[in-house]
Amino acid sequence: MSGVQTQDGTQWNRQDFPEAAKEILEQSQTRKNVQHATNVIQGKRNKVVAELPDWEDLREAGAQIKAHTLRHLDHYLAEFEANCTAAGGHVHWASDAAEANRIILGLVQQHDAKEVIKIKTMTSEEVGLNATLEANGIAPIETDLAELIVQMGKDRPSHFVAPALHVNRAQVRAIFQKEMHLPDLGDRPEDLATAARTYLREKYLRIKVAISGGNFLIADSGGMCIVESEGNGRMCLTLPDVLISIVGIEKVIPSFQDLEVFLQTLPRSATGERMNPYNSTWCGVHPGDGPQEFHVVLLDNGRSPILADKEARQTLQCIRCAACLNACPVYHQTGGHAYESVYAGPIGAILTPQLHSMKEGRSLPYASSLCGACYQVCPVKINIPEVLIHLRGKVVQEDQATLAGKFSLWNIGMQAAAFLFADAGRLGLAERVGAVGQKVLVSKNGFIEWMPLMLGGWTQTRDLKALPAQSFRQWWAKEKAPSAAAKNGRVSHG
Amino acid sequence: MAEVMDHRAAILGSIRKALGQASSKDAIAEEYAAIPRTYTKTGGMERAALLAHFEERLVEYDAGVYRAAKDGIAAKVAEILTARGKPGLTLPEGVPAEWLPEGFSFEVAGLQALELDKTPGVLTGCTVAIAETGSIVLQNAAAQGARILSLVPDYHLCVVFAEQVVLTVPEAFARLEGTSTLPTTFVSGPSATADIEMTRIKGVHGPRFLDVLIVVEA
Amino acid sequence: MRVSLFITCYNDALFPETGKAVVNVLERLGHEIEFRPEQTCCGQMHWNTGYLREAVPIIRHFVKVYQDVETVVIPSSSCVSMMRDHYVKAAEMDGDAKLVADVEALLPRIFEFSEFLVRKLGVEDVGASYPHKVTYHASCHSERSLHLGDIPIRLLKRVRGLDLQPIQNIQECCGFGGTFSIKNPDVSSAMLADKVRNVLNTGAEVCTAVDNSCLMHIYGSLHRQRTFARTAHIAEILASGYDKEVTAEAFV
Repeated sequence: MSGVQTQDGTQWNRQDFPEAAKEILEQSQTRKNVQHATNVIQGKRNKVVAELPDWEDLREAGAQIKAHTLRHLDHYLAEFEANCTAAGGHVHWASDAAEANRIILGLVQQHDAKEVIKIKTMTSEEVGLNATLEANGIAPIETDLAELIVQMGKDRPSHFVAPALHVNRAQVRAIFQKEMHLPDLGDRPEDLATAARTYLREKYLRIKVAISGGNFLIADSGGMCIVESEGNGRMCLTLPDVLISIVGIEKVIPSFQDLEVFLQTLPRSATGERMNPYNSTWCGVHPGDGPQEFHVVLLDNGRSPILADKEARQTLQCIRCAACLNACPVYHQTGGHAYESVYAGPIGAILTPQLHSMKEGRSLPYASSLCGACYQVCPVKINIPEVLIHLRGKVVQEDQATLAGKFSLWNIGMQAAAFLFADAGRLGLAERVGAVGQKVLVSKNGFIEWMPLMLGGWTQTRDLKALPAQSFRQWWAKEKAPSAAAKNGRVSHG
Repeated sequence: MAEVMDHRAAILGSIRKALGQASSKDAIAEEYAAIPRTYTKTGGMERAALLAHFEERLVEYDAGVYRAAKDGIAAKVAEILTARGKPGLTLPEGVPAEWLPEGFSFEVAGLQALELDKTPGVLTGCTVAIAETGSIVLQNAAAQGARILSLVPDYHLCVVFAEQVVLTVPEAFARLEGTSTLPTTFVSGPSATADIEMTRIKGVHGPRFLDVLIVVEA
Repeated sequence: MRVSLFITCYNDALFPETGKAVVNVLERLGHEIEFRPEQTCCGQMHWNTGYLREAVPIIRHFVKVYQDVETVVIPSSSCVSMMRDHYVKAAEMDGDAKLVADVEALLPRIFEFSEFLVRKLGVEDVGASYPHKVTYHASCHSERSLHLGDIPIRLLKRVRGLDLQPIQNIQECCGFGGTFSIKNPDVSSAMLADKVRNVLNTGAEVCTAVDNSCLMHIYGSLHRQRTFARTAHIAEILASGYDKEVTAEAFV
């Protein structure tokens, strides 16, 4: 794999999910932190969702608004651009990460800024913006508490709502003690939050350029909406002279009024709150209020081709609430780093490979037991299991087109199984052969793969009971078929 | 500039290629209008219960909640400031004189962050408030002012009139329809984070203390 | 009612006792059971692993075998979910309008076993008796695809002598996921460890479900750990200790 640059300059996609997951499964502290955090958020989410009798109506409306917007995405982006520009904003378009970096670096340099303050943004992570800024002598300062922890700890985000949920307070304290030079810092969450407040406050009041992502681009007003908790977002959106927002093209919604849906579903899904502490909306530049220079960078970076795939297009409906991560039993075990991707969890498993035209993250569609918990909680009804299967289909077809894929054990086994399942006679024979000769079969290369390979993958932690001497169809043929045939006049030929 | 236009054309072209034939503006508007919105729009809760619900939500967020009659706002403000130990507050333009008690200093603020950082707090009104979520909505309007005012000071006292309180989020959006382009902030309790072990901690960067004064008829 | 049993490929080969139990329960309720020996598999393993084209002939075969039946009963929610969630799409993908129509006509006549008892027959007490401490695992497909809700629990509660123990995180996946457990054996094992811990914490002798796939997975660990807990498909519990007099009374 070629790998993808992250903000800290390291590579994502270094290894496939099963291998990356295996490493994490050995880190008991990380697993404990992840399980605790996801259990807490999931519990809060379930409680506040249950309060709304119209939850399913809100999900349906949200899904349809997003699906409609995606069907006419160019129309709504053009409308946003016109209205944002009319309101004094500058709209930029970036087909890829390099262009986004070029635009943003140019704007920052134009203002001679040596430091920028940042609100947590996954698109920035996606394009590797921090590494670009640092390479050009500009210090990006993350202001979201969790992002600050990740940045100071030279770590990676593992969750896109709570990027540091894989570390506990003792670990946070150690990072802050070292990086903020506070040897006597306590480890109560209050102490740690206060340390971050003090550390960042001076920066908010001094630094003149801010960089953000965006939760929603609003076409009919040309506005933007950012949803947050700490007030670091408001600081960055309000105090600097210049604001640069980098936002994926799929984040546009038709109307300001549509927020009445998403501002109900997003907070409840993301943090389990009825409403997060702060939502900000603004349009371009407002004299005497907030930055007097505002830029939006509309980022494609692999999104637009996804629209062509009608099955998978729904992936772009995502509003990044991370409810699917919190609900996912795979994510519970591994946390986000095992996905080796900016976007982790079930949504990451479908988004990442598609953003890279199925050339990266090909193991991710298989990083799911298809249990359906993600779909159940998704506030915009992305049928993630359905898309996972669809992408598995793409992986298989592409693999089958190569010689190595065609003659892989998986392909041979699946073709063999399909051959058996096409005819009951063959299947019955295979069962009888299996029952007699299973020990021999198990040790071989898995010609009837639906049995032997399963045994092979299983035996590390599990036993599998042997095939019984008589299959059900044999029993039926012997015990029931004669009388049934006599009674029904139906000829049994099993 | 030419290069910038190339990216715009490339993205819009790629989108159109992926989606196929474009629809007419009218067809898009028609499709949008047909989206089913079967969720609850209005509350239908009677006034007293609505206000009690709003108060309950605010208290859950650790906001201070007070009530005053229309002619008793200033007296209540004095009481709150005394309890908080505040000598006075900063004001946006347009705060009615009848909100302001004697014996405290009230100054219309400049918009310099460093100055605001030193002030004891800010007094504002609001545009609308949402009971179901315990939210107050501030806009750049009279008695509310620029966003910085309710952000930098560590204490925020917000005056909410009973008739400004609605039950649901959609009801609030109906009231915001005409002013959707103004800078707008939904505030739901004091600033908070749960980034460390999912423990909610009040007061990170926004005001750490929020009091809400609900004004009712006599 | 004339009921056609689709045993499913893995129950046929690995869990014949489940099939016998289904026959036992339904016959005692007065239904006529047929078994079409032409049956093979629902195609789920291929479909879910991404072998979409390979699944289509298997689906076509299933539809051909069952096209004319009154009712199909299947002791596996997972296979039923394959049919309800994916058959139409698979037929559409194949561009076969006739197959789409045939699938749509057949689907309303397909039932998961416990769903058939409660939703179709309106029966909750089948007259069984099973004097054991039991816990119930709500399999993913039974819960989130078929939305069985408390149907299996209602059936279990009417079993004489059965002591039903609630389990923590009843709806969380056991980590099987078909080929997931082979492609991601370590994560699957970690999920299984959580599930088995929850099973053992109930103190139950028997863990039951409407899917033998999950139970096979759970039992794999219970057996490896040399615990005394075991697993049993819900049909096997409902076929136990049948008492003619009790049942006769129950269905009047």
